[in-house]
Amino acid sequence: MNDMRFTERNVDSTEIKIRAKNVDVFYGETHAIKGVDVDIPEKTVTAFIGPSGCGKSTFLRCLNRMNDTIDTCRVTGDIKLDDEDIYDKRVDPVQLRAKVGMVFQKPNPFPKSIYDNVAYGPRIHGLAGNKAELDQIVEKSLRRAALWGEVKDRLDAPGTGLSGGQQQRLCIARAVATEPEVLLMDEPCSALDPIATAQVEELIDELRARYSVVIVTHSMQQAARVSQKTAFFHLGELVEFGETGAIFTKPEDPRTESYITGRIG
Amino acid sequence: MTDATSGVGTSQPPRKASLLELDARTKKRNAAEARFRTYGLVAVCAGLVALVVLMGSIVNNGAGAFSQTFVTLQVELPADRLDKSGNRNPDEMRAVSTFGYSPLIAAAVVRSLEENGISIEGLSAKDAGGIISKEAPAQLRNFVLANPQTLDTTREFTFLANGRIDGYYKGRVTFASAEVDKNVSPAQLQLADALLEIGVLESKFNTLFFTAPDASGQRPEAAGLGVAIIGSLYMMLIVLALALPIGVAASIYLEEFAPKNRLTDLIEVNIANLAAVPSIVFGILGLAIFINFAGLPQSAPIVGGLVLTLMTLPTIIIATRASLKSVPPSIRQAALGIGASKMQSVFHHVLPLAAPGILTGTIIGLAQALGETAPLLLIGMVAFVREFPAGPPQGFFDPASALPVQVYNWTQRSDPAFVERASGAIIVLLVFLILMNAIAVLLRRRFERRW
Ligand SMILES: Nc1ncnc2c1ncn2[C@@H]1O[C@H](COP(=O)(O)OP(=O)(O)OP(=O)(O)O)[C@@H](O)[C@H]1O
Ligand SMILES: [Mg+2]
Repeated sequence: MNDMRFTERNVDSTEIKIRAKNVDVFYGETHAIKGVDVDIPEKTVTAFIGPSGCGKSTFLRCLNRMNDTIDTCRVTGDIKLDDEDIYDKRVDPVQLRAKVGMVFQKPNPFPKSIYDNVAYGPRIHGLAGNKAELDQIVEKSLRRAALWGEVKDRLDAPGTGLSGGQQQRLCIARAVATEPEVLLMDEPCSALDPIATAQVEELIDELRARYSVVIVTHSMQQAARVSQKTAFFHLGELVEFGETGAIFTKPEDPRTESYITGRIG
Repeated sequence: MTDATSGVGTSQPPRKASLLELDARTKKRNAAEARFRTYGLVAVCAGLVALVVLMGSIVNNGAGAFSQTFVTLQVELPADRLDKSGNRNPDEMRAVSTFGYSPLIAAAVVRSLEENGISIEGLSAKDAGGIISKEAPAQLRNFVLANPQTLDTTREFTFLANGRIDGYYKGRVTFASAEVDKNVSPAQLQLADALLEIGVLESKFNTLFFTAPDASGQRPEAAGLGVAIIGSLYMMLIVLALALPIGVAASIYLEEFAPKNRLTDLIEVNIANLAAVPSIVFGILGLAIFINFAGLPQSAPIVGGLVLTLMTLPTIIIATRASLKSVPPSIRQAALGIGASKMQSVFHHVLPLAAPGILTGTIIGLAQALGETAPLLLIGMVAFVREFPAGPPQGFFDPASALPVQVYNWTQRSDPAFVERASGAIIVLLVFLILMNAIAVLLRRRFERRW
């Protein structure tokens, strides 16, 4: 309990990692995100909740410019990482994505060995000087993703041969292996059983010590368990953003209340 | 709504049908399925029969090309006739043409008859020499010019038998047909039989068919595929070296990097259309551009290779794009998501997954190019070429032939022995194609096992 209060105080004291102002996203004619302002603090878990199709994934993808890969997608507004505009012309999205890692909604391991999956990021970013260091990074990442015990004997087996939940944890291991400053997770637990979910949540909590984590989730309980801040999206708008405790106990907007109590969504 | 439900509900209680007997609708469906299966089976069988007949006739006609009748003779090489100046100088010895050598061969045949006590009625010495190929004097002359020191000795030579004699042992020529054939007489056939008995004449596997160049219409027995195989090989090398990198690079650019707009749509449509352009059009293009405009030599593998490259490119591009498209986008996102550049995501992840499809497309394209005839006719590769092209890369500019063109060429000649040659060449071509396809399958297995 003591511990809990400590982390909450910690939230208030840290500075803002990502500052989004007046963000609009269009898919062709579709207006998917409408004037969203969010400040994502450092060393905090921020949860995005909202009904299906409200634009959570879309907004998440703006934060590491994955939307650039969608031809029809157009982003306007202002998103700053450490006070630098990530949509500035001089920014290379590749460099940005090394800092802002992402775990996708559907597990998407590379059709390579488990080892190569995790080692790929460190390899292309030159994080390991030699094979031993790389082995160490791979082991540490797999441990943090709560997968080490299950795969330590078959690191050469293909990553695609794992179960859905294991694949998702492999993707998490792959994302943390590059040591990002911000980790974006799009429903990371939608394919996991309760035990693996608990392990991932533990991992998220642990990651908070060093990174800022943004997690999209459909589970209110999960949002309540892991996050310190919660943003509620509805039909492309940010309805409410604040301390998780506040959002869940005394939401200001009636829409938030009806969603949390299960009346919309 | 209520009417309908009440109608169903009240008028007829659901009939209790036995599962053990089929109702009318099921019977009809089953009959239709059985009919369709029969059609399918008939179609497959028709295809198989056509294939078997085709293969059978080709093998039947062409198998003969792989064995050939040879005659082994002891030939005297008298210096006074072959080197009149006596200097053993090859340049001076060149004055004696092949006409000076043919009597020596005829004499050798006669002598071998005498030694074995064989006499055949109504056979002149010239006729006796006639059972040996017209290629033999040239072979003898080349040997003597290369080895002047062998003059005044008696050497053993293995000569090709004349095409008619060879045909006699392959069933093409009979005593009856020899009566009316001015190229062969019954007496010569008797002579051949006698030589066969004493082991001077024999049928052997014909390696010359693969190594010898083409020969003129009078000496089908000497005609081989050597120049054609090298020409085809050179062209395939050129096609592979040009079409694969260009095609793959173009596809990767179009599929992964190019913005999707009017221009790229137009390019896409054009590539698809290009694949459907008749190959002879590429021949005309090659003639106009590579030969008339760029001034490259006629009949050269470089021109053939360039034309076939143009022809193969659309095939490779279409196959490559299809296999790039089939790589799930989530793989690209995964790579981009951990900070790989577009290029890294393509080369580390997408391309390896697409490689089996690309390889298959490339090899199918190459196989098409290997069998292509029409454009090569237009750029002069149909010429009669006896000189082997030099080694690459100069050899790319030397005149050469190509396998399918050689087939076409041989079917144009009057001597029936060339039918056998043409069919043999088709078999060689088919074997190459089967080999290429086998390689494609093997490579694909290899790549697919990796993940
Ligand atoms: N690639 C795309 N092209 C066009 N429209 C898209 C695309 N991706 C998303 N959209 C649209 O944008 C809106 C928001 O989608 P998004 O995927 O962000 O929703 P979400 O909140 O993540 O939903 P879920 O919880 O089901 O994952 C939806 O109306 C969707 O149809
Ligand atoms: Mg989503």
